[in-house]
Amino acid sequence: MSEVFGITIQGLLGQLLVGLINGSFYAILSLGLAIIFGLMNIINFAHGAQYMMGAFLAWIGMTYLGVNYWWALLLSPLGAGAVGILIERGMLRRLYKLDHLYGLLLTFGLALIIEGLFRYKFGISGESYPVPDLLTGGKNLGFMFFPIYRAWVVVASLVLCFVTWYVIERTKLGSYLRAGTENPQLLQAFGINVPLMITLTYGYGVALAAFAGVLAAPIFNVNPVMGSNLIIVVFAVVVVGGMGSVMGSIVTGIGLGLIEGIVKSGMIANGLGYLFDSVPVANSLVYPVKLLFSPEASAVTIFVIMAVVLLVRPAGLFGRER
Amino acid sequence: MSKKLLGALVCFAMIACLVSAAPAATKVSDGVVKIGVLTDMSGTYSDLAGPGSLLAVQMAVEDFIKKEKPDFKIQVISADHQNKGDIAANKAREWIDTEKVDMIVDLVTTSTALAVMKVAKEKDRITLVSGAASTPITNEQCTDTNIHWTYDTYALAAGTGTAVVKQGGKTWFFLTVDYAFGKALEKDTTDAVLANGGKVLGRVLHPFPAQDFSSFLLQAQSSGAQVIGLANAGNDTINSIKQAGEFGITPKQKLAGLLMFISDVHSLGLKATQGMYLTTGFYWDLNNETRAWSKRFFEKKKRMPTMVQAGDYSAVYHYLKAVKAAGTDDTKTVMAKMKATPVNDFFAKNGKIRDDGRMVHDMYLAEVKKPEESKYPWDYYHIRQVIPGDQAFMPLSQSKCPLVKK
Repeated sequence: MSEVFGITIQGLLGQLLVGLINGSFYAILSLGLAIIFGLMNIINFAHGAQYMMGAFLAWIGMTYLGVNYWWALLLSPLGAGAVGILIERGMLRRLYKLDHLYGLLLTFGLALIIEGLFRYKFGISGESYPVPDLLTGGKNLGFMFFPIYRAWVVVASLVLCFVTWYVIERTKLGSYLRAGTENPQLLQAFGINVPLMITLTYGYGVALAAFAGVLAAPIFNVNPVMGSNLIIVVFAVVVVGGMGSVMGSIVTGIGLGLIEGIVKSGMIANGLGYLFDSVPVANSLVYPVKLLFSPEASAVTIFVIMAVVLLVRPAGLFGRER
Repeated sequence: MSKKLLGALVCFAMIACLVSAAPAATKVSDGVVKIGVLTDMSGTYSDLAGPGSLLAVQMAVEDFIKKEKPDFKIQVISADHQNKGDIAANKAREWIDTEKVDMIVDLVTTSTALAVMKVAKEKDRITLVSGAASTPITNEQCTDTNIHWTYDTYALAAGTGTAVVKQGGKTWFFLTVDYAFGKALEKDTTDAVLANGGKVLGRVLHPFPAQDFSSFLLQAQSSGAQVIGLANAGNDTINSIKQAGEFGITPKQKLAGLLMFISDVHSLGLKATQGMYLTTGFYWDLNNETRAWSKRFFEKKKRMPTMVQAGDYSAVYHYLKAVKAAGTDDTKTVMAKMKATPVNDFFAKNGKIRDDGRMVHDMYLAEVKKPEESKYPWDYYHIRQVIPGDQAFMPLSQSKCPLVKK
């Protein structure tokens, strides 16, 4: 068996594939955040709670109303999107004239309230959502057993990401949206209903989060804190990609997922060991890097990359300085 | 003169008579026995302890008042320690200084238990740990004002580790959560596996908390070990088990959940957990006594009790009985009384409290039922073996507790 730095090629391929799956989650979540920030200048801290809400709506639908997975994939984002529209109309709207910080505080507070309500009702251990019959089982790829459901997650999120990107960057509707960020007054003068457009944009961003939540429900345990565990990573993805950049968030989401996969395989830590172990001075210098890129520190990797990117390109990889 | 003496004697006899006729009133400090339930009310462990622990303690107090008719008042208060040692220690200090709390119970999460034990020792108050698991509680950091009631990592590791090796699971790989508890659990289990002729092929550490375990599970899968030991807890364990099924790891390789509560099994469902072995200090469906109590608990909470919650009830009841029997709530006297009295209730039969504070009672090795074997709600376990207390817990000869005389 051929090996790279003590990791078999098979092992590495497996980890890359897992990285791709996680990357698609990052992409679809950071896409929603990027749209909301790009078009509304709101840092939506409730995104994680809305993702969790999507998963719970699917579970509630299945348990109490007999709604199956495929309908949940449609209805749960619609439901969450409607809640999002109410939030925008009732609360966020009043904050547009104020500093970013107020939107952040409001959505952070909302996230705590939503999580608290779900925790009160459902407890912390969470609920279990089964994989739909059509997508159960898996394929043996030789280097790993690949669950069909995970393949579906990759396909579904990439398609949705692409469609969203296409609508915003290549259609007339998208051009209105982009114009709305640049100069809302002028656009309104042309007879476009800008407030309605903003409301629907927020609703769509929330619906994207809920869609990711339904995709995640059969993989992760559906519990009230599932969103808050993920949201910080997703914020880092948005920052690396460039705040508000649609393409940036998609590419960075997938890219960082892949990098995380490589780190979790232990290849980077092992590789540095192979290269520098015989040179005592260099080894002690490299040691902190080795530590930061070891599998148990994989949760930190993305933030290290974020710090480096911010030092080199403060606006992010795909962002434009304003 | 002799008349006076006679009068004095009569008087003295009458007073003595009166005193012995009246029941000896319990001398309780501040007129009330105050119990503080310090637990995780909203975080990761709030289902296995949390509000359910408070309910169990309230049930213990109500039952005690009804059955034993004490001549002292009892009061229960509670607080959320958020699994943080500093918050727990501050709360304990405040409770003891201003609220005059006599005893603190539950204490889920090792860091909070150790912090509160230290405060209680300093202020001469009692702690009854039911939630936390690590062995240092009755070893390096033992105190003479603490009792560790329900279970510990040694008992879990010895119970599950030994059983799985004996079932033929000779080679192990560990999925370990990267903090003190995970490493302690892994070490204790490794000892049990090696002692029974098994082999450990490797381990991978994961961050706390984690969502996606697929990378780590793939490494465990490629190790080819027969058994993957999950040295983690709560949602981490739940997600590891769920995803192991997805990647085709189970049923080819067996999972051993080293710390699993009935709340975890309930959340995962039997399809994902069937056939797993686990060690527990209590199961609601053991016998008529456990069923009767658990059903009363269920009426109020709509969930069956975990071992931590049942242990809270048992600990508090035993404490109150000791206060009544000793006629005081003085820490030293009550501790001596508790240690001198065997624990006999629905939770423990003939339980003994050792010098290091370990409450020694039988533990149970359970196998999770198949979905078709489960006949009614919460019918989850086959009890495969009763592990007698003297084998379940670390023998005193290995103890590192300074209170143990060798």
